[in-house]
Amino acid sequence: MNGLAVGCIYGLVALGFVLIYKATELVNFAQGDLLMLGAFVCYMFVVWYGVGYWVAFALAIALVGLFGAVLDATVLRRVIGQPQFAVVMLTIGLGAMFRSFASITWGSEIYTLPTPFSAQTTRLGGVSVSHEYVAIIVGTVLLCGLLYAFFTHSRVGVAMQASSQNQLAAYYMGIPVKRMFSLIWAISAGVAAIAGVLLAPVSLIDINLGFIGLKAFAAAVLGGFGSIPGALVGGITIGLIELFSGAYLPLGVKDVAAYIVLLLVLAIRPQGMFGTVGRKKV
Amino acid sequence: MRIPFKTTYDADLGLFRDPVQRRWYAALLAAVLLLPLAVPAYLVDISLVFIYGICGVSLMVLAGYTGLVSLGHAAFLGIGAYAHVFFLQDVGLPWVVSVALAALLTAAAGMLVGLPALRMTGVYLTIATLAFALIIQEVFTRWERVTHGLKGRPVDKPVIFGVSFTSDVAFYFLCVALLIVALWLTANVLRAPTGRAWVAIRDSEIAAQSMGVHLARYKTMAFAYSAGLMGAAGALFAHKIGFLAPDIFSVLLSIQFLLMVVVGGLGSLHGALYGAVFVALLPVLISEARDYVPQWAGQAAAVLGKDAGSAVYLAVERFVKQPGLEPGVFGLILVLFILFEPLGIYGRWRKLQVFFSTFPLYKRATFRRQKTYMRSERLR
Repeated sequence: MNGLAVGCIYGLVALGFVLIYKATELVNFAQGDLLMLGAFVCYMFVVWYGVGYWVAFALAIALVGLFGAVLDATVLRRVIGQPQFAVVMLTIGLGAMFRSFASITWGSEIYTLPTPFSAQTTRLGGVSVSHEYVAIIVGTVLLCGLLYAFFTHSRVGVAMQASSQNQLAAYYMGIPVKRMFSLIWAISAGVAAIAGVLLAPVSLIDINLGFIGLKAFAAAVLGGFGSIPGALVGGITIGLIELFSGAYLPLGVKDVAAYIVLLLVLAIRPQGMFGTVGRKKV
Repeated sequence: MRIPFKTTYDADLGLFRDPVQRRWYAALLAAVLLLPLAVPAYLVDISLVFIYGICGVSLMVLAGYTGLVSLGHAAFLGIGAYAHVFFLQDVGLPWVVSVALAALLTAAAGMLVGLPALRMTGVYLTIATLAFALIIQEVFTRWERVTHGLKGRPVDKPVIFGVSFTSDVAFYFLCVALLIVALWLTANVLRAPTGRAWVAIRDSEIAAQSMGVHLARYKTMAFAYSAGLMGAAGALFAHKIGFLAPDIFSVLLSIQFLLMVVVGGLGSLHGALYGAVFVALLPVLISEARDYVPQWAGQAAAVLGKDAGSAVYLAVERFVKQPGLEPGVFGLILVLFILFEPLGIYGRWRKLQVFFSTFPLYKRATFRRQKTYMRSERLR
C-alpha cells in the first residue's frame, strides 16, 4: 500500500512532466520544486493563517497553478525554439531559485502538515492502512479521471490536444496556441501542487522535497516520455520496485532502485512502455 | 580590421592564429606565473579556478563540442578523486602513476556511461547521466572499504618524485601545469579529425553519419576523453579539499559545472576558462557582497531620514545573511544568461571584437541564432 501511494506521487509528478513535454517539447526540471512550493503554500495557509485544510488545499493549487501560467508567459515562452539544452538549464536555474525562495520565505526547517485524516487507520483485509496513504491513492484516481474527462470532453481540452499534436495547424484553426500553453503550464503546476499537498503528511516538508522530481523522471521515462497513462503506470511501478528492493535487496539499493531502472530502460527500450518511436525527417 | 594572411601550410596548422596571438598567450602565461607574487593570500582560491578550468574543458568537449549534455560530471570527478586517493594511499603507487590510473579508470567509467548513451539523444542523455551520478554517489556512501563512507577520508599533500608540494605556491604551479597540459591536449584533439567529427556530430548527427563519421565510436570517445580529463581534475581536487566525503560530489556540483560552460560560452575553450573563473570566484564575491550591500542600501535609504536608513540596513542585512540565498543567485545568473546571452561571456567578448573590427558596419544579425522547432522535425 505504501509503495502504491508513493508510486502515485511519482506518477503525478511524471504526469506534470509529460503534459508539458507533449505540449511544448520542453522538459521541466523544476517540476519537483513546484511540488515543494505547493506543499509549502498549503502549510503556510494551514499553520500560519489558520485556514481550513480543504480551503488551503484549493488555494495552494490555485496559487501554484497561476504561478506556472505566469512563468510560462514571462520566461519559458522566450526559449521555445531554442536548443533543448537551453531549456534544461533554464528550468534547473529556476528550480534553484524556487528552493532559495522557499528557504528565505519559510525557513530551512522541517515541517509537518496537519490534516483532518492524520494518524487514522483503517483495517482492510487484515492490513492496517493509514488514511494519508488512502488519500493519496483516492486523490490520484480522482485527478486522473478529471483530467481524462477534461482532455477528451471539454472544448478547451480538445483544443489543447490539437495544439500539442501540431502547433501550426492548430494556430491556423484559430486556437490561441500561446494561451493554451500557459494553461497547460498552469495545469501541470497545479498537478504538482496537488502531489505536494498529498505527499506532505506522509513525508515531511522541507526545501529538498523537490528532489522527488528526479525519481519521477524514472517514472516518466519508464512509461515512455509523452504518454499520460504511461506516466502513471510508470510511477506506480517505480513505487513498487522501490518498496520491494527495500525489503529484499541489500541496504542502499532502495534509494537508487529508481535510477537503476531508469538507466536499464534507457539502455534497453528507450521509448519506454507506452512510447511511440518517431523517425526524424531530414 | 586585421586579417592574418597564411602563406605556408605550417601557419595554417599552427595552434595560434598569428604571431600576435602567440605573444598575447605568452604574456598571459607570464602573468599567471607571476601571480603568486602579486596576491599571495588568494592562491588557494586561484588554484581552485585552475582545477575548475580542467573540469570546464572536460565538460566543454562533451557539451560544447560534441553536443552531449551531461549532468553527471561530478560523479566522474568523484571517481577520479577516490581512485587517486585509493591508489596513492592504500596501494602506495607513485603520484604520477596514480593520477594516470585514476584518469584511465574514470575514462573507462565514462565509456560505460557512453555506451547506452549511443541510443539516446538530447534530454534523455542528460537524465541518464543524472541517474548515473546519483547511483555513483550512493556507491561512494556504501563502499566503505575504499571510500570510508560518510566518515570521509583525509587526503595527504602531493609528493611527486620525492618533491613535496605542501606549500600553497607549489600546489598552485602544479595546478597551472596540469591545466596547460589539458588545454594543449584538448586544443590539439579538437583541430584533429577526431575533434572535427565531434563538432559534426554536434551540428547534425544525420549529416555527420552520412559523411562517414562513425557515431558510436566518436560519441564513446568523447565520453571517455571528457571523463578522463575529469578524473585527472578529480585527483587535484582531492588534494585541494584535503578531505573526501560522498556529499561533495552531488548533483549541485554537476549543475555548477554546467553553469560554468553555459556562462562561459558553449563551444569554445576560452569559454570554459571564463566560466571556471566565474564559478570559482562567485562564492567569494557573494560573501564579500554580504558585507557591503546592506551598508550601501542603508546609505541610499538614509536620504529619506536616519530611521529609514537604519531600518533598511537591518532588513537588507537580514535578507542577505540567509543561507539559502547563494544557490538562488546561481540560479538567477543561469536564467539570465540563457535568456539574454546564450553565447555566454565568450560570445559577448566576440561580439565586442566584431563590433570594433568592423566598426560602422556591425549588424546584430551576425550572431542571431536560428530557431529550431522540434515538433516539425518529428513524423507522427
